[in-house]
Amino acid sequence: MLKIENVWKTFNPGTVNEKVALQCLSLTMNEGDFVTVIGGNGAGKSTMLNAIAGVFPVDSGKITIGGVDVTNLPEYKRAKYIGRVFQDPMMGTAATMQIEENLALAARRGQSRTLVPGITKADRENYREQLKILDLGLENRLTAKVGLLSGGQRQALTLLMATLQQPKLLLLDEHTAALDPKTAAKVLSATQRIVEKSHLTTLMITHNMRDAINYGNRLIMMCEGHILVDVAGEEKKKLTVEHLLDLFSEASGSDEVSDKMVLS
Amino acid sequence: MANFWSALPGAVSQGLIWGIMAIGVYITYKLLDIADLTVDGSFATGGAVCVVMVTAGYSVWVAMLCAALAGLLTGLATGFFHTKCGIPAILSGILTQLGLWSVNLAIMDMKANIALNVNNYKLLVSLRYLQDVQKGTRPFIQHPIFVVGVATVLTIAVLYWFFGTELGCSIRATGANAHMARAQGINTNFNKVLGLAISNGLVALSAAMLSQYNGYADINMGRGAIVIGLAAIIIGEGLFSKIFHNFALKLLAVSLGAIVYYLVIQFVISTLKINTNYMKLISALIVALFLAVPYWRETASRRKPKEARHA
Repeated sequence: MLKIENVWKTFNPGTVNEKVALQCLSLTMNEGDFVTVIGGNGAGKSTMLNAIAGVFPVDSGKITIGGVDVTNLPEYKRAKYIGRVFQDPMMGTAATMQIEENLALAARRGQSRTLVPGITKADRENYREQLKILDLGLENRLTAKVGLLSGGQRQALTLLMATLQQPKLLLLDEHTAALDPKTAAKVLSATQRIVEKSHLTTLMITHNMRDAINYGNRLIMMCEGHILVDVAGEEKKKLTVEHLLDLFSEASGSDEVSDKMVLS
Repeated sequence: MANFWSALPGAVSQGLIWGIMAIGVYITYKLLDIADLTVDGSFATGGAVCVVMVTAGYSVWVAMLCAALAGLLTGLATGFFHTKCGIPAILSGILTQLGLWSVNLAIMDMKANIALNVNNYKLLVSLRYLQDVQKGTRPFIQHPIFVVGVATVLTIAVLYWFFGTELGCSIRATGANAHMARAQGINTNFNKVLGLAISNGLVALSAAMLSQYNGYADINMGRGAIVIGLAAIIIGEGLFSKIFHNFALKLLAVSLGAIVYYLVIQFVISTLKINTNYMKLISALIVALFLAVPYWRETASRRKPKEARHA
């Protein structure tokens, strides 16, 4: 479903701030894969997601989604294939617009926007049904401004928006990191429900090793802009945090795990 | 005071006309979150095109349509500078505005001022018609307040419909959160250009009416227009934000804000007898004050809890 081939990305080339963020990164995901991504700060996790989403062009390499070469497509055109939830709860929704308006914008992702009314009666009923899945009571607040919602509610809404129009690929960039543990657990379980219900191909970055182990059918660990460890299937099911740390030191050939990774 | 009352209908008429321009400014300033300085130039463009075409013998309707289209083009120019050349929005507007000075002079055949004699042409609005209605020689439906009032209601109705459509919603999303908009497949650059074009189209349309009302087009007629637009938006918000929540009513508040602005100006001129030369300075200071108040309020509220903790 997703194929990344030998992608390189350097930020601020030729300056003192030069940073090679992706080094010959390659990754292939099959349809229905739920891959969790871990790695230390600056390992290139978010850069990888942003490169897939087209936030910036890559220096070299190729990215295809569902067989379509998207390497040279701008961000808004790739959105047709991709649903995204960001780390910052403020980022994924428009605070000054209503819940139903946000959903209506998301429902037309990848379609041309014309001069027909943005929200119809039938839309409204559909949104109400969809919001019930989140179990946050938002189905009764369709016309409330999103700015009035809590961070957790906004993340849950962003998640729904990302999947309202079924994406070929769902990108979750530490989407629970800014939430308190209880809310984070709620949003994660909603994620699990939605991903399973529609068999979404999902790439989820997390800082939480346990979450990385508990969710998904495959786990990758990144370091210095490429993938260091890749565990899937039965092997992943048997993973423990200790085992994961061992794998990392083995692969990176060093003991700097504690420095490079923020553990929880 | 007697002066003020006799000037009242004129002030309301002018306020209504400027209100349409202010609604245009609202689209960029409030919906797209862009301070678009093109306005000072495109306003003069609208007046120039209208007067030149009417004096050339075209009907006033054709002239106003062309003025609006010319305004649209000025918005496209700013949008091009901003989205295709990567120039910050404010600077893009300044560049277009500067360039338009020459363009506007060229439209007016290199004259700084062209008169439009109300006796020779059939106009839509005019100060003369206002006087005629008051004398009883013209029906009320030709009163500028009525004509521009209808134009304002039509403008608000069309914008209310447009910003409720899929396309209009996507423009609002572009201004509210461009990041989210792109993630939802919205071409934010296209939408910014579209918003700038619509905004400046309205600005030029308003100028086309003002030039008829005043009976001339002037190269300087747009100077400070953006400030009047902002003043109208701020006054409208200050007076009506508690009661007007619907989008159409918010646009109406902008128009009412422009009227209040002109009433205040009229009051200052006719009652306080302040030299009209100082009007621009006073306008600038008033708008600066209104823009500063929310900021001061915010910094004050941020300081308070800290002090409470120390206590």
